[in-house]
Amino acid sequence: MDKVHLLQSLAVALFALGLAGVVIRRNVLVMLMCMELMLNGANLSLVTYAHQMGSAVGAVLVFLIFVVATAEIAVAIPIVLLLVRRKHTLDIDAYTDLKG
Amino acid sequence: MIESLLANLETLLLYLFAACALAGAVLMLVLRQPMRVAMALISTMVFLGGVYGLLGVHFIAAFQVLIYVGAVMVFMVYVIMLLDPRDPALARRFSTLLIPGVLACVALFAVFGWALWQTPAAVPGAVAGAPFGLAQFAAAFLSEYWLHFELTSVLLVAAVVAAIAIIDINRRERG
Repeated sequence: MDKVHLLQSLAVALFALGLAGVVIRRNVLVMLMCMELMLNGANLSLVTYAHQMGSAVGAVLVFLIFVVATAEIAVAIPIVLLLVRRKHTLDIDAYTDLKG
Repeated sequence: MIESLLANLETLLLYLFAACALAGAVLMLVLRQPMRVAMALISTMVFLGGVYGLLGVHFIAAFQVLIYVGAVMVFMVYVIMLLDPRDPALARRFSTLLIPGVLACVALFAVFGWALWQTPAAVPGAVAGAPFGLAQFAAAFLSEYWLHFELTSVLLVAAVVAAIAIIDINRRERG
């Protein structure tokens, strides 16, 4: 297995594990961290291809993903804190007000 | 023996870092305490930074450690410390969608892996292993992609305003 295939498989595995984490875990904070893992998988894929192509375009996109991840966390964490203050739990099953 | 080991040191380290990053990701799914999950994610990110360093894109490795580990995960760790450790959500790790979730994860990995296997390793037009440095990245960023660079600042301002608005909702509710 060559380097590109290895790293792309790792990127796919990280993305799939992150998605599984979002689906199967109960804790909202752990779900957020699994989303970060998915972004990391996408980043690894971009960096691998950017490295292979020898172009800086992929790196620019990676930088933009860093910024998006930071903005996501900056908005998501206050929402989680607000929900915890209201429901007194991190359990996703308690947040059923958003139905329908 | 040692010479051949040293010659392949980079490849060996790449395999080692990739395996450790994967192990951290798997640990994230099975550990119970959010703090331990955060530590597993931090180790995965640091090992990915090592992978980026081995690929020769050192500035992305630095960004990975500075932005992800230094900013995002430190923020996450602080929030975990703010919350109640006796939360009932910690007693039950998995939701009712455990089996479908795992099956979907395996199916996704299989589909992507199959697609990856069908593509040749060499992308058409690839310059084998041609490195690009910070200078090339910075020139591309500030000449060709300046609009995106400016848009990131707009996005960050929007995120800060949104965070303040959420805190304000919180304050109004408590009176």
